[in-house]
Amino acid sequence: MNHWPFIIAAYAVTILAGGGLALASYVAMRRAERR
Amino acid sequence: MPSLHALANPATFLKIARPLTPVLFWAGVALIAFGAWAGLTQTPPDFLQRDSVRILYIHVPTAWLGMGGWTGIAVSSLVYLVWRHPLAAVAARAIALPGAMFAALCLVTGSIWGRPTWGTWWQWDGRLTSMLLLFFVYLGYMALARADADRGGDGRIPAIYGVAGSVLLPIIRYSVVWWNSLHQGPSIGLTSSTIAPSILWPLWFTLGGFSLFFAGIVLMRMRAMLAVAKSEARLRRMAAAEWVGA
Repeated sequence: MNHWPFIIAAYAVTILAGGGLALASYVAMRRAERR
Repeated sequence: MPSLHALANPATFLKIARPLTPVLFWAGVALIAFGAWAGLTQTPPDFLQRDSVRILYIHVPTAWLGMGGWTGIAVSSLVYLVWRHPLAAVAARAIALPGAMFAALCLVTGSIWGRPTWGTWWQWDGRLTSMLLLFFVYLGYMALARADADRGGDGRIPAIYGVAGSVLLPIIRYSVVWWNSLHQGPSIGLTSSTIAPSILWPLWFTLGGFSLFFAGIVLMRMRAMLAVAKSEARLRRMAAAEWVGA
């Protein structure tokens, strides 16, 4: 069994979720501090 | 050296948090990037798990932060219940979403790792089930904190829930010891590890990196919550002044 599709999927999910959370937190912070 | 109470003052906290947020966040991103690069390209495959062992470098930090996040909620909740400091309640609420996300990522990356290693995506064993429970406990906390804020509560009920939920942490930690589990036993300790050093070393970079990243996110969320609270207080003062003037 080729393990690389599983490795890529695990890293991709982590990057997408982490990046999404970081972006959402940053936008929420900037918006709140500008009010 | 400022006292703990002086640091817990929102103005002092913001003075420290503003420059600290980008430092923690970008240092975390750099360490994660280096650790992931090293784990994907510079370490040998495991003799038994082969290349799938490389999922270790993201799975272990997500598990660590899923549990570490709840430790943060429990400590902040306890501080809030004992000293009634509102910044502790803000910290607990700020930790909840990233903590839940890391608990979910632990479950997802573990499931992806399980398929080539165990031949299954999921098994109702002690470690997996207790981690899933922690994820649901996070969701419960977020719903409770939101409901408490909406009805103008003082945050005591979510804080009690935050402390009570910490009972899950030792259950998760020792689940692989107490029950005959599909999940491997404890393999990484503070002083020793059963994993070969040639495979283990990038983990310290991703572990440190994700921890700094998590701290940066929590600071961003605390700053957002404090700014919203400040803005709402200003609006209330303006409304009160208009009402008095009318």
